[in-house]
Amino acid sequence: MTQDENKEGVKGMVNPGRYGIERIAYLLMRLTGLGLLGYFIAHIYETSNILRGRMGWDDFLAMTQTTEGHIFLVLVIGMCVFHTGNGIRIMMGHGGVGVGKPARPDYPYDPASQNYRHKIGIYSSIVLAAVAMMYGMAVMFGE
Amino acid sequence: MAQVSSIADEQAPNPLSASKSVLLRISRFNPEFDESNKFMEFSVPYQKWTTVLEAILDVKKHFDHSVAVRYSCRQATCGSCGMLINGKPRLACFTKISELDSDVVTVEPMNNFPVIRDLAVKFERLFDTHQKIKPYLIRDDTELESDQREFLQSPQELENFIQFANCIKCGLCNSACPTMTTDSSFVGPQALAQAYRYVADSRDKGKDTRLDIIDESHGIWRCHFAGSCSQVCPKGVDPAMGIQFLRGYLLGFRS
Repeated sequence: MTQDENKEGVKGMVNPGRYGIERIAYLLMRLTGLGLLGYFIAHIYETSNILRGRMGWDDFLAMTQTTEGHIFLVLVIGMCVFHTGNGIRIMMGHGGVGVGKPARPDYPYDPASQNYRHKIGIYSSIVLAAVAMMYGMAVMFGE
Repeated sequence: MAQVSSIADEQAPNPLSASKSVLLRISRFNPEFDESNKFMEFSVPYQKWTTVLEAILDVKKHFDHSVAVRYSCRQATCGSCGMLINGKPRLACFTKISELDSDVVTVEPMNNFPVIRDLAVKFERLFDTHQKIKPYLIRDDTELESDQREFLQSPQELENFIQFANCIKCGLCNSACPTMTTDSSFVGPQALAQAYRYVADSRDKGKDTRLDIIDESHGIWRCHFAGSCSQVCPKGVDPAMGIQFLRGYLLGFRS
């Protein structure tokens, strides 16, 4: 603790339990965003292997056909679906869509911006990501 | 510091005849002398209506008067007694110990504010950002020069912003904001909500001026709609709603 800051730093972001599902969605959005950025960079590196000719390309692609490769791709599918679903919810919210209307607040002051539409959007994104991951696992590990 | 002191033991007989007691852990930190904070622990008697602020004042009165805490109205109006109570930003005067449903109550200074001492924090930056968004009506004429003597407003026009006028500048929203945990330059939910309060006011003509002020790299675009600011607001201001409406103006969803 210092006199100037008293900030939690990244610890404040990764401790979302105090603020409900919206803060968990915020953390998942950050994590999946970073994960997808990492995948994007790895994907560029992977596709650059085509410059090594067909054998180099096939060798590198064989890495995705392993158990570890399948698990990695399943995680990518989950990150992609959650980030897309929750991203659409957030983009609409950022435009002021679905965040309620201003009104005189009454105790206990439940915030209108954290309404059931957004909660459904968050839970739906999580469920869709889980379903997509299960489907991905069924396809990759099914045979 | 594992020192546990009991006010109930110090005071005999206890006039309140409390049936329950709670362990109150108070963060102690003096930036002039201390490297890090330490916790002092006190066993405090409480009734079902006892607030956290009353428990802290009990400690100050009966055991350790050096505990630094800022408070004034004791009715959630002045916004002075914001602090972390069991890890969440709350007003101490507006939080009953019984509603915390815990045998241990830990009080710490609010995050994202420099600590003066113990539970008291500096508000300079909050007031600076509040001032930055021009928290007053901007227009060429004034009520004094107008023939009508006052700017008329319909009840519906009032409803558009009255919720945001409830802000008491307690700083709980800034303390809960996940962006402010890492970004020292972010203008913060309190100031952004107040920007919307005046933009939504039909008497105000300074919308473009305010949108220019918040349309910067550490302005409104750093909000990621986590909504924690709205969840901790003790007056139902809902800063997250105001911020999204403001962004709607900047993105062209609203006019």
